[in-house]
Amino acid sequence: MDEINHTTVWLIILAMAVGSFLIRFSFLGVIGDRQMPEWVLRHLRYTPVAVLPGLVAPLVLWPSATGGNLDPARLGAALVTLAVGYFSKNVLAAILSGAATLYGLLFLLS
Amino acid sequence: MTTSNPKRHFLRGTRDALPFLLVIIPFAALFGVVATEAGLNVAEVMGFSILVIAGAAQFTAVQLMTENAPTVIVILTALAVNLRMAMYSASLTPYLGSAPIWQRGLVAYLMVDQAYALSQIKFEMERELTVSERFAYYLGTVAPLAPFWYGASYLGAVAGAQVPPEFALDFALPITFLAMIAPALRTFAHVASATTSVVLALLMAWMPYGSGLLVAAIGAMIVGAQIELYLERRAS
Repeated sequence: MDEINHTTVWLIILAMAVGSFLIRFSFLGVIGDRQMPEWVLRHLRYTPVAVLPGLVAPLVLWPSATGGNLDPARLGAALVTLAVGYFSKNVLAAILSGAATLYGLLFLLS
Repeated sequence: MTTSNPKRHFLRGTRDALPFLLVIIPFAALFGVVATEAGLNVAEVMGFSILVIAGAAQFTAVQLMTENAPTVIVILTALAVNLRMAMYSASLTPYLGSAPIWQRGLVAYLMVDQAYALSQIKFEMERELTVSERFAYYLGTVAPLAPFWYGASYLGAVAGAQVPPEFALDFALPITFLAMIAPALRTFAHVASATTSVVLALLMAWMPYGSGLLVAAIGAMIVGAQIELYLERRAS
């Protein structure tokens, strides 16, 4: 950044604050307690598993920290996190074993 | 009939969210550091973390600002990163839509991936929860997350130390999201939906402003719902 313009920064912050709130409030605010059709509800139940894996996939396969190249340590950590989380149903165990795998592999492979 | 007990559900939410502090704290501190290095002052860092309270969008905005992108592009791109929250909002509506407007407003302001995923999965599994119990659980999940998000952003901004790349903090976020999603893969329909999401997101990665993720998410929801429907019909 050449010379930071603090008025512009605050403009960005306020626009993002209002915009983010409106996005988050959207359906909760407008639909409220009106009943949604069953087929819509059936789709919405899959929202977490439909959004988060897609958000993570490029970060796992093409990490910017390695210039977008596949990294064995990060891939291994992702697979271990997924496996431990799936079998143990324990979020903390999944996070810790993923982090341990990441640091272990980064150390071994360096 | 058991009496409604919001306090118990608030504490359950807090307990369920505690593991995410391991990730929220370094991630927020990293935002403070990166934003300060980009030339933002402490008030601006806190403006982002308190008013916008959306990690990925905040990083996106600061990144684009350092690239001297036009202001309108910075705002629109960062908001596009947050568009998935509209889907979150829609999927929480069946559970929280009848709550008072101030509660829905608070849920909206505090909507972060971790609180959303914990709550949505909980509400789906425990259908008998009352609206006030659901609201209490949701608030419980953000109760530890939001203060540490603010606090660690502040520490990152004032301490300003460079985080060594060996810490691989870039990977804190993927690990949390995977840890959240793995226990939710309960049925074949959930697994198929998640797999579709991954494949489509990778195929659509070329689309501008993260819009590929929205396409992937919609496709994944359709796959999940259709498989559920098919399996139900075959079973009956």
